[in-house]
Amino acid sequence: MTRRPRLADGTAPVLVVLAVLLVALAFAGPAYTEPAGYLALFKRAAPLVLLAVGQYFVVVSGGFDLSVGALVTAEVVIAARLVAGDDANALPVIALLLGFGVLVGLLNGLITTKLLVPSFIVTLGMLLVLDGAVFLWTGGAPRGALSPSFRVFGRGGFDVPLLGQVPWSVVVVLVVSAGAVLFMRSGTGRTLLAVGDNDTAVRLAGGLVDRLRLVAFALSGLLAALAAVLLAGFAGVSAQVGAGLEFRAITAVVLGGVVLGGGRGSVVAAAAGGLSLEALFSLLNLLGVPGALESAVQGLIIVTAVAYAARSTGPRRASRARERGPVTP
Amino acid sequence: MSAVPGPARTRRDTARRDTAERPRRFAFTPVVAVYVALVVLLVAGSALVALGGGVLLDQGGVVNILTRATALGLVAVGQTLVVVTGSLDLSVAHLVGLCSLVAAETMAGSGTMVVPGVLLALAVAAVVGLVNGLVITVLGVNAFIATLGVALVLRGYLEHGYTGPAGSVPRSFQHLGYARVGPVPVGALLALLVAAAAWWYLRRTRGGYHAYAVGGDVDVARLSGVRTGRTIVTAHVLCSVAAGLAGVFLAARLGSGAPHVGTDAGYDLESIAAVVLGGTALAGGRGGVVGTVGGVLLLATLDTVFDDLAVDPFFKDVVRGVVLVVAVALYARRRPFRGAA
Repeated sequence: MTRRPRLADGTAPVLVVLAVLLVALAFAGPAYTEPAGYLALFKRAAPLVLLAVGQYFVVVSGGFDLSVGALVTAEVVIAARLVAGDDANALPVIALLLGFGVLVGLLNGLITTKLLVPSFIVTLGMLLVLDGAVFLWTGGAPRGALSPSFRVFGRGGFDVPLLGQVPWSVVVVLVVSAGAVLFMRSGTGRTLLAVGDNDTAVRLAGGLVDRLRLVAFALSGLLAALAAVLLAGFAGVSAQVGAGLEFRAITAVVLGGVVLGGGRGSVVAAAAGGLSLEALFSLLNLLGVPGALESAVQGLIIVTAVAYAARSTGPRRASRARERGPVTP
Repeated sequence: MSAVPGPARTRRDTARRDTAERPRRFAFTPVVAVYVALVVLLVAGSALVALGGGVLLDQGGVVNILTRATALGLVAVGQTLVVVTGSLDLSVAHLVGLCSLVAAETMAGSGTMVVPGVLLALAVAAVVGLVNGLVITVLGVNAFIATLGVALVLRGYLEHGYTGPAGSVPRSFQHLGYARVGPVPVGALLALLVAAAAWWYLRRTRGGYHAYAVGGDVDVARLSGVRTGRTIVTAHVLCSVAAGLAGVFLAARLGSGAPHVGTDAGYDLESIAAVVLGGTALAGGRGGVVGTVGGVLLLATLDTVFDDLAVDPFFKDVVRGVVLVVAVALYARRRPFRGAA
C-alpha cells in the first residue's frame, strides 16, 4: 500500500466549497488578486475559526457549547476594564482572560458531567449568566480601553517578503489548528471522538468519559478566550461583540461536515467551515447583497449543506443525526 | 392554589403509564417540583415585596404575572409539542415577530380586517412550521440546524424589510391585549385554552401518543408502525401556529407589528428553558404541557418579583440562568437523562 496524505472522513466537501469561494472572490473583487486581500480575509475570519475549532471539540464529543458568544463578550469587556489603556497590563490581562475562559469551560463541563444536565441547558444557562453579569457590571456601556500592545494580536502583523504584511492572527490560527490536529491524532483525541460516537462503549473499555468531556469544554472556553483577544484587537470594545457567535460557530462546524450528536468530523473541516463562512460573507458583500439579507443566505446555505451531507452519507447516518441532535448530554 | 389540579392530574397520568415500575403513591416528579417551587416563590416573593412596602399578589400583581406569562406561555406550549417528539424549534422568536407584522399590516387599522389578519398570520406560521418539519423529516437535517436555518432566513427577511414597527391594529382588536374577565386577562385565558388543547392532544389523542413514542425512540416507533415523519411535521406545524398566536397577541398589545418583539424577549431559548424547567426531557419522550405551564408561571413570577423589588433587570438573566441549571440538575439526580441521550 502506498502512503498518501489522508483526509479525515467528511473533510473533502468543505475544502471544495472553500476553494470555490476563494476563486469566486478573486473574480468578484479586485482586492483578491493579491495575497494581501486573502490575508485580510484570514484575519477577519480568525476569531470565527478559533471558535469553530473550540466548538468542534464539544460537538464531536456529543455536546453543544452555546455559551461561547456570551463568553467572548464577557472577555472583551473584562479586557477593556482591566487593561485600562495601559500597555504594561496587556500580557498579564491576556493570561487572565485565557484562565477565565478555561474556568468557564470547566464549569460548563463539570455541570454537564457531574450533575448530568444536558450541555444544551448548561451552556444556555451560562449564556444567560454571562450576558446578565456583563450588563450588570457595565450598565450596557463597557468602560476602560484597550492598549495598542493588546490590540496588536488582532490587528497587527509582521512583514514577510512576497506576501507583504502577515497578520499575527493568521499565525495564531495556524498554530492552534496544527495543535488541534495533533491533539485529535493523539490517543486522547481519538478517544474523544469515540465518546461522541458511543460513550457507553468508551466507558466499558475503561475510557475516562467525564474527564474527556471536561477537556473538550475547557478547550472550547480557552479558544473562545483567544478568539476574544483577537476580536477585541480587530474590532474594538462593545457589549455586543459576541452576540450570535455561538450559532455562527455551530454553523461553521456543521458546514465542515461535523455531525451534531458527535462522533464524526475532522478538526480541519471545522476550521475550514469557519473560513468558508467568512469568505461567503465577503463574497456576498462584494456581490452587493444587502447586509440584512446575509443571515437569510447563511440560513439557506447551512440547511442545504446539511441536507446534502445527510443525503450523501446514507439514511442510517441521517436518522442518527436527527435522533441524536439536540439530545446529547 | 390554582396550581393543585395540574400536578395531580399528571401524577395520575404518569402513574397510569408506568404502573409496572411505579407504585401508585405520591411521586416527587419534576412537574410537582416546579409547582412547589412556584408556590415557594410566590410566598417568598410576597414576603420580600411586603418588606419593601408593596404587595405582590394584589389584583395588579396577578394581572402582571399572567400578562407576562401569556406570550411566553403560548410559545412554550408549542415548543413542548416539538420537544416531546425529540425535536426543538429555534425559529419561534423570529416567527413571533413576523406574525405580529403580518397581522398588523393586514389589519391596517381597519376593524373589518381583524379576522383575515389573524387567519393570515396563523397561515404564515403554519407554513413556516411545515417547512421546519419537512426539512427535518424529508431532507434529514438535524432539528437544531434546520430550525436555526429557518430562523436565519426569517431574520434576514425581517431585517431587510423592516426597520421598526409597522402596520396598525384597530382599537377593537386591542381588547385582546388589555381586556380582562375579573382579574384574569383575556390573553391569559386564550393561552390557557391553547395549553388545554395541547394537553388534550398529547394525552388523549393518537397523535399525542405517537409524539411520545417518536420522542422516546424514533426507530422503535417507526418499526411499530408509527408514521414518524408525519408526527414530527404535525408537531412543528402546531408549535409554529402557537408561536403565531403569540405574535398576534403581541400585536394586539403593542397596537402594531414589531419585527424584533420575539427576539428581544429571547422567546427561542426562553421557551426551551420553560419547557425544560417544567420537567420535559430535552431528549424527548417525557414530560408535558402541565409542567411547561408551571415553568412559564415560575419565570413570569420571578420577573414580576424582581420588578417589584426594583432589581437590576440584567440581574434577572443571571438568576434565570442559575435557576434553569439548578432545576435541571435536581431533576437529573432523580432520573438520569443519560439513558435517553
